[in-house]
Amino acid sequence: MTSPVIDVSGVDLTFQTNDGPIHALKNVNLEINKGDFVSFIGPSGCGKTTLLRCIAGLETPTGGDLTVNGLSPEDARKARSYGYVFQAAGLYPWRTIGGNVKLPLEIMGFSKEDQTERVRKVLELVDLAGFEKKYPWQLSGGMQQRASIARALAFDADILLMDEPFGALDEIVRDHLNEQVLKLWARTEKTIAFVTHSIPEAVYLSTKIVVMSPRPGRITDIIDSPLPKDRPLNIRDSAEFIQIAHRVRDGLRAGHDE
Amino acid sequence: MIPGKPSTFTYSVLPVLTVVAVLVVVWYAAAIKMNSTWTYDQAARAGTEPSFSEVVKDTMQQDRPLLPVPHQVAAELWDTTVEKKITSKRSMIYQGSITLKTTLWGFALGVVVGIAMAALIVLSRVGRLSLMPWAIISQTIPIVALAPIIVVLSNAIGAGSLLVPKAIIAAYLSFFPVMVSMIKGLTSPDHMQLDLLRTYGAKRSAVFWKLRVPASMPYFFASLKVSIAAAFVGAVVGELSTSAISGLGARMLIGSQFGEPMIMWAALFAAAILAAILIFTVGAIEKILRRAMGGQPV
Repeated sequence: MTSPVIDVSGVDLTFQTNDGPIHALKNVNLEINKGDFVSFIGPSGCGKTTLLRCIAGLETPTGGDLTVNGLSPEDARKARSYGYVFQAAGLYPWRTIGGNVKLPLEIMGFSKEDQTERVRKVLELVDLAGFEKKYPWQLSGGMQQRASIARALAFDADILLMDEPFGALDEIVRDHLNEQVLKLWARTEKTIAFVTHSIPEAVYLSTKIVVMSPRPGRITDIIDSPLPKDRPLNIRDSAEFIQIAHRVRDGLRAGHDE
Repeated sequence: MIPGKPSTFTYSVLPVLTVVAVLVVVWYAAAIKMNSTWTYDQAARAGTEPSFSEVVKDTMQQDRPLLPVPHQVAAELWDTTVEKKITSKRSMIYQGSITLKTTLWGFALGVVVGIAMAALIVLSRVGRLSLMPWAIISQTIPIVALAPIIVVLSNAIGAGSLLVPKAIIAAYLSFFPVMVSMIKGLTSPDHMQLDLLRTYGAKRSAVFWKLRVPASMPYFFASLKVSIAAAFVGAVVGELSTSAISGLGARMLIGSQFGEPMIMWAALFAAAILAAILIFTVGAIEKILRRAMGGQPV
């Protein structure tokens, strides 16, 4: 096995605010290997989003070591090592869906033909072929979020960072998108880090579940999922699934009681 | 028409017409009252005693009434726009075209300056600290006080015509709404949108052109209507205060100085109509551009 794609060791982060320092992350250790699907789960304020932002180089830890593809997060960000999906789709209302997906490609200087080809390919990947010329307001919330995933995939980075991408969607749409993300992951073999506050979502999607708890934000449990890579939706009724969900819930409760 | 749903007529035309009707009635009443003094004076001098209906009739036919009645103004306006040749100095079309030219030059200058200042203020701290206070102070100085200075200075630097100082005055008023809106528009993208571009390793120039500029467009369009109106006011004020001899503002001044109320009122209405046309045109262009930018129909 080669070295981990994302290596977090002893990471600390303290925000200085007007109300005094806030200890957002405390001694976080984590290895994410190539092809892993890792979920961060925990109550709000546990630092799961902050950890993801540290990995993305959008926040800088105040202590510890963090490497992405062997680079510092800052350099990895500049080397465009990852695609990032935010909580809201955040599509530009003045661009068509195709135009939105093209945005990172324009900024990164891909050739015109390459741009067109990539846009077509990723829109197909998220089942949005034929919506290229539509404007965001013409799409449902779930479709918009799919378009934003396509945008993150367009430049074909090996790592996909997703920050509660389906948090604002209803459960039916969310189930559907979870299935699609799994398919996408199987097809593209990307390394995915996924923040969520839904236990079923975390268990259904992940090969590795990172349970976190707040004040200070820290990891309380890391669960390697024994579920097979191929997961139909009804796997959620299996005994194994329920067992893992239990363990996640226990971890969350333990963190809460301390 | 959908049953139960009021038509456009009831919704937008009727309220306006009602107000216009009320104003016209008030206007006639005021004109009769104000102009009757002269009629009574004339009658007293001639030793006659006019009946009320004669007085009313007379108040609407005077050559130099204190307050011309609406149909007199309309007739004068018709005479000076449709009947007169466009080349005639008495033509409101000719006068209006001069004001229009000043307005458009001032507007163009104002928009360019407004955008440039907003960009400097948003992009650089130095710009923000040094330009912003001056921009605000500039709007507290009465333009009428500055106008003569602007005329003298632009003569001194060799601007031959009055167009330059008048356009500067118009721009002076019209840049401000554009600047304020553009500052708001250029800073409108939220943290998430800025972070997204950071994840692409985007340069500052890319953030500006791909995000800030397009995001500011709705704000920009909204400011254009205010700005063109300000430029128009600036153009008229410029004509009033630069001792110009042509333009609608100059016509108003001439009308008042030579005791020609009809000219004054006709010029006023010509100005109002021109302003309405300008704002309507800008609004129409705005609508087209909005649609081109994928705007959701409202």
